Amino acid sequence: MKKIRPLAAVAAGLVATTGLAACGGGSGSTSDKGAGYNAAVDKVINTSDKKGGTLRFAISDDFDSPDPGNTYYAWSQNFARLYGRGLLTFKPTAGPDSNTVIPDLAQGPGQTPDNGKTWTYKLRSGVKFDDGTPVTSKDVKYAVERSNFTDELQLGPKYFKAYLQDNSTPYRGPYKDKSPEGLKSIETPDDTTITFKLSKPFAEFDYLVAMAQTMPVPAAKDTGLKYEQKMVSSGPYKVDSYERGKSMILSRNPNWDQSTDPIRKALPDRIELQLKQSGDDIDNRLLAGSLDMDAAGVGVQAGTQGKLLTDPAKKANTDNPLQGYLRFASLNLHVAPLDNVHCRRAVQYATDKVAMQSAYGGPLAGGDIATTILPPGTVGYTKFDKYPQTYKQGGGLDDQTIAKAKGELQQCGKPNGFKTKISARSDRPKEVAMAQAMQQGLKAAGIETEIVQYPAGDYFNKYVGAPEFVHKNGVGIMLMAWSADWPTGYGFLSQILDGRAIKPSGGNNLPEENNPAINKAFDEAIGNTDKDARAKVYGQIDQMAMDDAVDIPIIYAKALLYRPPNVTNVGITSGYGGQYDYLNMGVKK
Amino acid sequence: MPRIVFAYLIRRVIGAVLMLVIVSMVVFGIFFGIPKLAGQSNDQLAASFVGKAPTAEAIAQTKHRLNLDKPIWVQYGKWVKGVVVGQEFNNGPSTEHCSSPCFGYSFKNNQAVLPQLEDRAPATLSLAAGAAVIWLISGVSVGVLSALKRGSIWDRAAMIIALGGVSLPIYFTGLVALALFSYKLGLVPGGGSYVPFSQNPGTWFQSLILPWITLAFLYAATYARLTRAGMLETLGEDYIRTARAKGLPERTVITKHALRSTLTPILTIFGMDLGLLLGGAVLTEHTFGIAGLGQLSIDGITGNDLPVVLGVTLVAALFIVVANLIVDLLYAVIDPRVRLG
Repeated sequence: MKKIRPLAAVAAGLVATTGLAACGGGSGSTSDKGAGYNAAVDKVINTSDKKGGTLRFAISDDFDSPDPGNTYYAWSQNFARLYGRGLLTFKPTAGPDSNTVIPDLAQGPGQTPDNGKTWTYKLRSGVKFDDGTPVTSKDVKYAVERSNFTDELQLGPKYFKAYLQDNSTPYRGPYKDKSPEGLKSIETPDDTTITFKLSKPFAEFDYLVAMAQTMPVPAAKDTGLKYEQKMVSSGPYKVDSYERGKSMILSRNPNWDQSTDPIRKALPDRIELQLKQSGDDIDNRLLAGSLDMDAAGVGVQAGTQGKLLTDPAKKANTDNPLQGYLRFASLNLHVAPLDNVHCRRAVQYATDKVAMQSAYGGPLAGGDIATTILPPGTVGYTKFDKYPQTYKQGGGLDDQTIAKAKGELQQCGKPNGFKTKISARSDRPKEVAMAQAMQQGLKAAGIETEIVQYPAGDYFNKYVGAPEFVHKNGVGIMLMAWSADWPTGYGFLSQILDGRAIKPSGGNNLPEENNPAINKAFDEAIGNTDKDARAKVYGQIDQMAMDDAVDIPIIYAKALLYRPPNVTNVGITSGYGGQYDYLNMGVKK
Repeated sequence: MPRIVFAYLIRRVIGAVLMLVIVSMVVFGIFFGIPKLAGQSNDQLAASFVGKAPTAEAIAQTKHRLNLDKPIWVQYGKWVKGVVVGQEFNNGPSTEHCSSPCFGYSFKNNQAVLPQLEDRAPATLSLAAGAAVIWLISGVSVGVLSALKRGSIWDRAAMIIALGGVSLPIYFTGLVALALFSYKLGLVPGGGSYVPFSQNPGTWFQSLILPWITLAFLYAATYARLTRAGMLETLGEDYIRTARAKGLPERTVITKHALRSTLTPILTIFGMDLGLLLGGAVLTEHTFGIAGLGQLSIDGITGNDLPVVLGVTLVAALFIVVANLIVDLLYAVIDPRVRLG
């Protein structure tokens, strides 16, 4: 499918330029004046409490799994909240506040009497599954056990397994271990109380319980890998049908009680999600009004961008939010001469970020130039620029910046530059284009590079995530992108900068950064229940890593999203990586 | 049925079964062999069925669950055994039995492959059959008319349009057709509107009009050019001149003598094309959001989903074999020179 993209884009472009689409025909096509460009980035727009109608989603992909216990995708977790309620969830709003977690199934945030080692949640009373049976704390415990400890459900994150105390005999999940107590570190003293006992303090546990894995699953209804075909709903909608590669249909859950759920509006009567649709056709249908939302939330196709931006009326219905991603280049600390900090700093100065930004799609589809590892919108983000650059009028780094790079090369003992390799994923043409732009930029400082390409599927498992391979093949510079599983400095940085995250293969700490001060800062931060203090430490870790010059931030990823005027309660949530928040969406007609 | 025809059919069926066995071996070989040549290990294959940043333990468990930790011939043997006697599948809390012929379970979605094929086949069949009728009728008609009016404006215009049809890919014509006829003029439903015939025949028909025409446009162009060339060649034959000299009406000369002869190679290609399409009209299904076999095959290939790839490939091969057999039998009807026995 990837191969057809460029020509499909041409077709979409032709459609756009000839003005064939978006002129009517669809039920929801309107001439409504849009709320304005980027209007939904910082606040929820088209606010409404009007109930009824059908909210129509489509996506060019499918779920990894719609089973809340077996999913990792951000959009899937965002969408799952329509039919499931976790203990906590991200606040349904827009702007910086959208990355805070608030109580959902629980009455309040977690209570920890011992600085983050034990967490207790009280459940709301009166919550029922769609079959009318009451939701209890045991259903939440079971949901966490099945999602983290079984051999079968392997698609979701395994943070609970990593942080919860294990049984004296390692717990093997509820499918193999039929003992009534299950995992002993999750206690359910009564039907409305659940306590998690961790092996070490973890101050951000509230973020973990905001994942879909805490959505309750009744043990009697669990069918393991087949559960996605017949899920039991605890949210305002029940799943009428889910057909792989085709669609999911939701309708109102008759046993959902608004009085138990202060955060949901549950506006549409019916929600449809079409799967595996053509990306270009999704855009055309959005513009024509025959579709309400692209569930993927990663932006319109290339052929649609120009059309949206050149028409003021359409542009007023678009948003260009940050997506929580950083695209960056890692410099390996064990590949000479990048084992010398001055050589790494030379690369920092000599990297033409503007050319790389253009190669990835420019400011709109690519993103903003980055100077920090933590992207804006993440808890702990602190703005700074350790390696300031200036550019010439016609493009390219100016002499002053190149001189800084050469000064660092001098200190590195390589006054005439050096040679190394840049890696990129062969099946990601934009990333390869970024590598080429970087290669051209580095030449100006005398740094010669060879581009090596590896398939995305094995990029981390076999190639750049395997230190032995990197050292043996002298891959000094590695392009990659990263986003957090939860939007805090720990969620973002720990897997890419903590020395204990270095693995023989499949790792994401590509530079093999193992700075004791950084490792210590991670430990201190995650054991500190003071949110502001943690945020401060994350900013410091970012600065330490940039002092070490191990990663070159290139762009904070952005995407151009379209919101049809027919859709109500639209706002960008940074809790789910800069997509629209689906929790309270409705339709005008 | 004459005995000789029966024997012929039996031979063809045995040949088809043998071919399907070979196809399954080749697919298995390609699936495991080619990536290995490029250095991929079974760990990496298993990692594609585990979430982000998988642990070694998760990869090992998945590898074991999917039998990827076993030699390729053992895996093939298990698959063949499943086809012959069925197999068991562990869902976690329970085990289900997949009856023979069991084509295995998808690595990706853990569903039995055969029901998925059965579920997707009607969409592809609807698409391919409808388009085939349109392209065969329109392509042959245009080709005949072009040949009869050789050099005329009609001929030139038809051949230019045919050239366009051959040159323009479905995802181009499909998107433009959707934008014009669906989103601008509102004449037909847009992408993703397909529903099975059994659910709503009216909507089924409406939703397929544009895919049929778009797909048929591509094929009709080829058939028009082939028919034109065949007709021009046939019309120059001695027996056509003889037929005319005998005083046969021109209509009879064209339809009973020239066209009949021209249709033989057309029918051969038609059988191949239809057989191929029944195995999945990949681009059309993708462009119009139709969940057919083509989309399933793409998902299987991009998702490293061997059981699904195997299933779709075998179905496609089966369709081609059957279509060719039917064509071979039809030869006898069309061309009096070809008779079985």
